[in-house]
This record gives sequence, C-alpha cells and structure tokens, in this order.
Amino acid sequence: MSVHYRSIARSGLWDDNVVLVQGLALCPTLAVTGTATNGLGMGLATTAVLTVSNIVIASLRRVISPEVRIPVYIVLIATLVTLVDMSLNAWLHELHKVLGLFVALIVVNCAVLGRAESFASKNSVPAAAADGLATGLGFTMALVALGTVREIVGSGTLFQGASLMLGKGLGFLELTLIPHYRGFLLAILPAGGFVALGFLLAGKRLLDRSLARRRQGRQDRVPASEATA
Amino acid sequence: MSASPEPEYRKRTVYHAGLLGGFSMLAATFLVMGNIATRNAIEQCRADDLLASLSQVVPSKIYDNDLLADPVTITLADGRKVTVYRALEGTRVTGVAYKIKGHGYGGEIDLILAVDRDGTILGTRVLSHSETPGLGDKIEASRTDWILGFDGRSLSNPPPERWAVKKDGGVFDQFTGATITPRGVVRAIKGGLELFRDHREALLASPAVRQAVPAGTRTQLMPEGKP
Repeated sequence: MSVHYRSIARSGLWDDNVVLVQGLALCPTLAVTGTATNGLGMGLATTAVLTVSNIVIASLRRVISPEVRIPVYIVLIATLVTLVDMSLNAWLHELHKVLGLFVALIVVNCAVLGRAESFASKNSVPAAAADGLATGLGFTMALVALGTVREIVGSGTLFQGASLMLGKGLGFLELTLIPHYRGFLLAILPAGGFVALGFLLAGKRLLDRSLARRRQGRQDRVPASEATA
Repeated sequence: MSASPEPEYRKRTVYHAGLLGGFSMLAATFLVMGNIATRNAIEQCRADDLLASLSQVVPSKIYDNDLLADPVTITLADGRKVTVYRALEGTRVTGVAYKIKGHGYGGEIDLILAVDRDGTILGTRVLSHSETPGLGDKIEASRTDWILGFDGRSLSNPPPERWAVKKDGGVFDQFTGATITPRGVVRAIKGGLELFRDHREALLASPAVRQAVPAGTRTQLMPEGKP
C-alpha cells in the first residue's frame, strides 16, 4: 500500500504536475504569480480546496450516480470555494485583497474538477485525500517557482509581503536581492508570465531527461535480471 | 471499479433530481452557516479599510467625530448616488470626503477625495486601479508623490481650463510613457470638485443632532438616500 501512496505523491508533485506537465489551470498560474508570496497564497488556497473536495467526493462516490456527477461536483466545489473565500475575507483580509478575484476562480480551476472526476470518484477516501494534497502541493510548488523567477527578474525582491500573509514571524523571508534595481516590467506583466513558464517547462524537461539518462546508464551496468524489475 | 451492478432505482430520473436537489440544499445550508460565521468579521474589515483610506485624506486635527458615522447620500444628475463622509467639529462640517471614479488605461480608477468648506482639496488617494505596473502605477502614493500635488488645489487654482496634464495645456505632470492614466486622474478629481461645487449647500449643512439619536430618526438631507 505504501508504494501506492508513493506513486500518488510522485505523480502529483512531479510526474503529472498540474501546471508543469498537464498544462492545466494556467489562468490562476499566470495571473497571480507576479510575486512568490501571491503564488504561495493561491497555491495553498487551491490545495485546501482540492484536498477537501477530493475527500468529500470520494466519500460520496457510491451515492452520486454517473449521470449527474458533473453538476454535483460543481455544486460541491463551488460551495467549498465560497467558504474559503469568505474565511479569507474575514480572517486574512490583506491576502484577500490581493487574491480575492482569483479565489473565486478556483471554482473553474480545471485541476480541481479534473482530480474529482479522474481520481476521487474511483478511489478510497484516504487515497483521494493524498492525491488532493499531492496535486495541490505540486501546483503550489509550480506557482512559487514561477513567482520567484518573475519577482526576482521583475522587481529584484523575493517574498515581498510575506509577513502580511504568514504573520510577522516570517518577515525575514522578505528579501531585497538586487538593491536599487530599476525593475524589468515584462516579467511582471502576463506576457512575462508566459515567457517564464516556458523556461520553467523547458527546465523540467531537461532535468527529467538528464535523470532518465543517468538511470539508463546505471541500468546498463547492472545485470539484465535486475534491470527488468 | 464498482463490481456490483447499479441498483435499478439509481437509474430513475427521480433519483437524479433528488440527488442534485439534496446536494443543492446541503450546499445552501453550509453557505448560510459560513455567511453567518464570517459576516461580522468581513463588515469590520470593510469598515477598517474605509476608515484607513479616509484618515489618509482627512487631516485628523479638523474633526472630532467618527468619520464613518452618519454619512450623507447625494444623488447626482445622472441618478448615481454618492456616499459622502463628513468631518465635524462640534456640529460644524469642516470637510467632506467621498469616492470618485476615473477612467485610466487599464480600466476604472477608484479614488477618494477630501475637500474642505471652501472647496480646496485636503487630500486625495488612489484606492484601486488596474494600470500598467511601472508606468501608470505612479499615481499610487506609495510609489511617487505625484498624487500629493493635488493638495491645496481647487477649481480656481489652477483655473478650470488649466485642469489638465501638461501635454493638454494644463499644469499637472504626466508620466513618461503614460499620459492616459494621469489624464484620467486629473479629470476625475476635477469632476469631484465640481460635484462639491454643485452640492455645496447640502454637503455643508450641519447635522441637527450629532450621533445621539438612533438611526432612522436622524436628520437626513435626502430622506430616500438610505435604502
């Protein structure tokens, strides 16, 4: 069973990463990643929705009939998102001012409905929870990576505004990496988001390929009986 | 995955309708509970936001009241309603503040404008905008002090025909690479001052009683103002 969870985690975080591999959910990805902090906030909000929606849908999978499953999923997801939106507005108001518009968009984030349809509706509750968490964290990772690149190139800072979101204790995350930087506007604009995303995708491919090559090299050296295992 | 065949009743339309209806009811219940749990906190945040932006433009030494209490609503010629917050010293109105809208390059620009009894600007700030970062966002007070250049201005200073950016023959600076944004802001502020001029009497009328009476029985300039 542990192997099963490991493959879920691996697939959600890396092999089938929503943004970097599947190319889903690009609207929130490109819209909020002007800074790493915003990416982190959006990623965590999506992770919360994704995990809870996967749990709810997996536990109801025997009740929901296939004919009406899509509308039921959408009602459930929309409810969850609205609850998250209201709680953010009430208790994390500063973050809500930045992300407010995009939180509502989680409803139509195809990653959420996609995981509900392709995983949660066919698997047990714990597996679905693990899948939601892994997919969400993979999404968060991609958003933070993209936000980091864009923020450094665009404004020369990192995790600007982190203390607003995560509390005063994490204010040390806010760095000015390049003092007196004039800023590079393109990186902040949506077009720059596409460019940065392109480099990120290419980087992941290169990394995957070099990893595969190294594995290949190792397999060549071991006896054939082990290599096929 | 599901090895057992689907029971007969689950193929009926009634089951589907019931399922969808049931989930909708459930969702509505949760939303109502969520709304009740967060409503007060959200109201509080909104009020704090508004007060924070009001206190940026209204100098604290000219009022001794709660700015959010007892606003007046005026109706413009085109039917739009504007909520005006009053700064009071005793029962004398020393200044008023209200939101105005401008049209920039990226859409609407929301501003707040505070004006004293003579129609001179006490302060103005951009509350929200969607202008180009790095170009049009110089209208924000946190980036440049361009917006502070409006303090002390009025409809006669500069004269109305000079209420424009320099490119259009006015007195206000535009930004390199962004003319539409400051033009929109200048136009909005001028419109805000004209609003004050047109409704001066109503805005400066002293409230008969200050905050002591329960809501609803207060003197209102526009009885239909509050919904």
